[in-house]
Amino acid sequence: MAELELRSVSAGYKDTMVVREVTARLPRGSWLAIIGPNGAGKSTLLKAITGITGHSGEILLDGAPISAMSARERARAVGYAPQTPVVPEGLTVTDYALLGRTPHLGLLAREGASDLVIVREVLARLDLDHLADRPLRTLSGGERQRAVLARVLAQQAGLLLLDEPTTGLDVGHAQALLELVDRLRRADGTTVVSTLHDLTLAAQYADELILVDNGDVVAVGPPAEVLTAERVATHYGAKVAILAAPDGTPVVTPVRDPSAVVP
Amino acid sequence: MSDPRPTRLTWRQVAVGCALLVVVVVASVLLGAIDLGWGRVLTEFWAQLTGGVSPLSEQEAAILWQIRVPRVVLGCLVGGALAVSGAAFQGVFRNPLADPYLLGAAAGAGLAATLMVFAVPASQEMAQGWSIGPLPLAAFLGAIGGVGLTWALGRSAGSGTATLVLAGVAVASFLTAVQTFVQQLNVENLRVIYNWMLGGLGTTGWNEVLLILPYVAVSSAVLCASGRLIDVLGVGDEEASALGLRPARVRLLVLVAASLATAAAVSVSGLIGFVGIVVPHVIRLMVAGSYRVLVPLSLIGGAIFLAAADVAARTVMAPSELPIGVITAFTGAPFFAFVLRATRKERA
Ligand SMILES: Nc1ncnc2c1ncn2[C@@H]1O[C@H](COP(=O)(O)OP(=O)(O)OP(=O)(O)O)[C@@H](O)[C@H]1O
Ligand SMILES: [Mg+2]
Repeated sequence: MAELELRSVSAGYKDTMVVREVTARLPRGSWLAIIGPNGAGKSTLLKAITGITGHSGEILLDGAPISAMSARERARAVGYAPQTPVVPEGLTVTDYALLGRTPHLGLLAREGASDLVIVREVLARLDLDHLADRPLRTLSGGERQRAVLARVLAQQAGLLLLDEPTTGLDVGHAQALLELVDRLRRADGTTVVSTLHDLTLAAQYADELILVDNGDVVAVGPPAEVLTAERVATHYGAKVAILAAPDGTPVVTPVRDPSAVVP
Repeated sequence: MSDPRPTRLTWRQVAVGCALLVVVVVASVLLGAIDLGWGRVLTEFWAQLTGGVSPLSEQEAAILWQIRVPRVVLGCLVGGALAVSGAAFQGVFRNPLADPYLLGAAAGAGLAATLMVFAVPASQEMAQGWSIGPLPLAAFLGAIGGVGLTWALGRSAGSGTATLVLAGVAVASFLTAVQTFVQQLNVENLRVIYNWMLGGLGTTGWNEVLLILPYVAVSSAVLCASGRLIDVLGVGDEEASALGLRPARVRLLVLVAASLATAAAVSVSGLIGFVGIVVPHVIRLMVAGSYRVLVPLSLIGGAIFLAAADVAARTVMAPSELPIGVITAFTGAPFFAFVLRATRKERA
């Protein structure tokens, strides 16, 4: 649905730019994973694309600059799941997911039957239908995380920005969630930008990785090219081995250096 | 597969609320210093509805229609306005302790009313009769002024709800300090001011009702229609704007509506505490957390609560009247504690 292009985008807070000069081009239906150590500027870049923080350079959605769009237009085109969402504890899962329909409604309008159908479908897909009537405050961390994704998916935007969507999810739900997003992009052509700390998952799902360190893009390309043991060592300060999964995708696994163990 | 249902206001909730309201209103009309006889009052209502013959004397009819009924209606309007504003404030500030007086409406009204009593001593007489005199006007303008001052100060200090709340605290304590100072210069009028502060629903007929009805009606309609938007604000400003909302604008709309309703209520009834904070919480605990339900039910619940409190204010120590603010706090606090206990399991 949406094609995203970043032309030397820098973003930050007040007068400091915490990510600089990011350039990327995502055809519709592609998946870009932004990786990098804590504080590198990954979330900031996503916020800039959402329009929450300011940016310099150009962010184009289907060729049109997002800075020229109204908040509502942008919300119809871009769905954003933050790293640490603010959860209104008293709302039920259904009510919360329905908030995702906001950009499709008039200011004082109510949701109609079609909105509810969309929400029901999303809840079922995310394995949340049995929790639909539960207040958010009674959910587990992973269930909340899925509820947030339900809200974002209910938005039915062509571009999904997912900031660490798998934090707090068990391996089964993490996989199910990424598979769901993957199906969406294949079926509907949804374009996905996500940050992912799990480099193995990033390699499995993304077409392209951007490695950001301290605000600068240090590597761009397909997962197998970007993920080398030396890069991970340089930028994360981690000692890892890159193995190969049965299907050939890289698996990044930490290794311990026996000589480094303090006796 | 269970069928997910959104939280919506149901006819049953509205019907139960309205039935309770009717019971309280009728009880309130029947009870009073002069016993009109409940059979005759009900016959009178029926006669008015059907165009039949009134069983009441002219004087009795005047007591009923010019004193009791407008007073009950005023109580419902004030209670509804305070509770609906309280719910809106709690939603906008995502703060369960927010109440309609948070942004300086009470302090502004208090100062303006005190100044009016001080500057125009004749307003005393008018104040005692609760006519639409300089006192309500001053209180209304003072309430609006207090909130406006808070808004201006909050804007100059930055954006966001936290600065606004802090500005409200600053403005309220400053205005209260000035008010106390003026009051000390003017001890002979202390009783008038004090009476006004404690709140009351004495009326001289339909004037007050007609005076505040437009504000309360329009504000309540806006707030009830904004329930969904207040829910969206619950996800915080960043996510709300990612959903296409302009949080600052929605907040402004809601705060203007709630402050107008509050100012209107304060202008005719003084400072009645507790309604704006307790009623929305009771409804939240008993019914639901979504503002699309919470706001309209707070309107009905506030009307019920204040009408009932007024019955108590008039009858507990009859023939003398207790300040209604004393009743709301005295009964509201234990009732709130009761609801908290009763809903303990569901919240666990
Ligand atoms: N609101 C803010 N104001 C000022 N500086 C901020 C703000 N938010 C983040 N920063 C700073 O910007 C830098 C990048 O932050 P960002 O959240 O984008 O990191 P990140 O790559 O997402 O890290 P993580 O992996 O920990 O989520 C950090 O140094 C952070 O301290
Ligand atoms: Mg981050």
